[in-house]
Amino acid sequence: MDLLAILRIAVRALTRNKMRSLLTMLGIIIGVGAVIATVGLGQGAQQAVQDQIASMGTNLLYISSGSVNKGGVHLGGGATKTLVTDDMNAILKQVPTIAEAAPGAGSSAQVVSDNQNWYTRITGTTPQYFDIRNWPFAQGGSFTQDDVTRATNVVVLGSTVQQNLFGNADPVGQTVRIGTLPFQVVGVLQAKGQSGLGQDQDDGVYVPITTLQKKITGQDWLQYIMASATSQPASYAAQDQITSVLRDRHRIRAGQDDDFTVRNLADVAQLADASSQVMTLLLASIAGVSLIVGGIGIMNIMLVSVTERTREIGIRIAIGATESDVLRQFLSESVVLSLAGGLVGILCGVASSMAITKLLGWNILISPTAVVAAVVFSMAVGIFFGFYPARKAALLDPIEALRFE
Amino acid sequence: MATLAQVELKPVALAVAAPAVIEVQDVHKYYDLGETKVHALRGVDLKVKPGEFVAIMGSSGSGKSTFMNMLGCLDKPSSGRYILEGTDVSKLEKKDLAAIRNRKLGFVFQGFNLLSRTTALENVELPTLYAKVEKEERLKRAKEVLELVGLGERLDHFPSQLSGGQQQRVAIARALVNKPAILLADEPTGNLDSRTSVEIMQIFQELNEQGLTIVLVTHEPDIAQFAKRIVVFRDGKIRHDDPVRQRPHAADVLKTLPAIDED
Repeated sequence: MDLLAILRIAVRALTRNKMRSLLTMLGIIIGVGAVIATVGLGQGAQQAVQDQIASMGTNLLYISSGSVNKGGVHLGGGATKTLVTDDMNAILKQVPTIAEAAPGAGSSAQVVSDNQNWYTRITGTTPQYFDIRNWPFAQGGSFTQDDVTRATNVVVLGSTVQQNLFGNADPVGQTVRIGTLPFQVVGVLQAKGQSGLGQDQDDGVYVPITTLQKKITGQDWLQYIMASATSQPASYAAQDQITSVLRDRHRIRAGQDDDFTVRNLADVAQLADASSQVMTLLLASIAGVSLIVGGIGIMNIMLVSVTERTREIGIRIAIGATESDVLRQFLSESVVLSLAGGLVGILCGVASSMAITKLLGWNILISPTAVVAAVVFSMAVGIFFGFYPARKAALLDPIEALRFE
Repeated sequence: MATLAQVELKPVALAVAAPAVIEVQDVHKYYDLGETKVHALRGVDLKVKPGEFVAIMGSSGSGKSTFMNMLGCLDKPSSGRYILEGTDVSKLEKKDLAAIRNRKLGFVFQGFNLLSRTTALENVELPTLYAKVEKEERLKRAKEVLELVGLGERLDHFPSQLSGGQQQRVAIARALVNKPAILLADEPTGNLDSRTSVEIMQIFQELNEQGLTIVLVTHEPDIAQFAKRIVVFRDGKIRHDDPVRQRPHAADVLKTLPAIDED
């Protein structure tokens, strides 16, 4: 019998018991739908993380002052005072693959406008910081190199701070107080939302590094240096060069631990990627279990069907159906069931993904690979779970089968 | 009982003219039912020549059903040989037996055994589907045989919309569609009233006159009379094997029976 005839017979047999076929398919529909939606969800999350890291700049190197071992006592990260602005200048001069660098040191303080106040993070840095981090301004702009040199009292506000102090009014040119000192607002950053870790990235203000060091904290060391390499491949070489420059400058002898850490954000990106991949896999495998349950449902219904149609099978064998004819007939029924379920499941998965995107605002990516895999897998489920009942039918004794009431 | 002349002359004449369609040699069949062994056939020999019309009779348990299943290649003999049109089918694989059932044998059952919710035409088409006949040829043949049994007007009827006699005629059409060498009928009139039974026998007689070899199992002597030869089974052996004298024509018998509305 040709394939088309087999399929036609299978479809007709299934439509005879519409309700039963539909309920059997439901297992596969839910399974495939769940796989599509969860994989989409996982991939969406992965994409979001990647986008965020990309927006931070994947060529980014993050040099932080490290822990140090003082007389057997290990002090925590950021405990050393050895990382200074001159280190940054040396890196810029000696490592050719570093395009830009910006220092970072921070404190926290009450920021006060005319009638509002807000406790927030204060970061001291240079104008390059906003370039490196790729942070655009909503209003005004950055303070200048000149401001850094002269340690003027100017400030850039994060959007959360701006909202809390000024509401919707334009704060550029206004004065805020940090501690006891008045600062002129020169710019407001665009809102960036939460970071991957749920931190509000907009809750902070930025002042020239010199102003912070001389007028607010009174400390001349840095907590970190951010540097951007000319390209991502170059960032790995730059990482090593920075290490050797800093070891040299900090006079660390061979065998001694670094008193700083150089992190490549490409590594961080990979790590984040890997963790969201594990998450996706986990979700998909849970959803996959429901596919297997759906497959068992198919097997169950096919066994019932074979018993019910024992006589039909007997007739078919008597008039010349071979074992493989009968096997193919029942196998095609289970494959049609599971494949139809798979296709409907894809529609349900895509629809529910779109609903989630709309209602919860989560990012969902439907990958063609997942769709193809769902189709192939549901077909495999049909063949795997349909084989035993089909074989049972094919091996029936025609004499017994014809006598079956 | 047959006269001496008939018994002597006929086999000799036919043996020269044509080889047997069916040749069964010393066939035994045992069923192993765990503790007990059933000896269903105890050495059966039978030859059926082309164009014969054989009725097999016997009480239940006589082995006639077992013999019929074996003739139909649904079952294999435990020992002995069964040669069908020169092929020793007792040695064939399952797959080849399926092909023989499909192409050389036509089955008609007591319970009609049509596929429900499948039209008359599709039921008749089914064997050609397994024989991998082209679609157009399938349709042509199925229509031809349905017209042959007088159901050319009811191609699209479902079995539930047909009377018993009509259903049996669909089954006969299905048995004929692959142009078999032999028609095997297992109590084909068992579920039918007497008039319809004779109508079915009329079809069988007409088919036989056109050259089709027919083997029929029945326990009704009236029905067996329409055949040309009666073989009686008892206790797994053939007890009688006689030609039919004064064989009635089903068409003539029908005229004597009161008409029954079928439709």
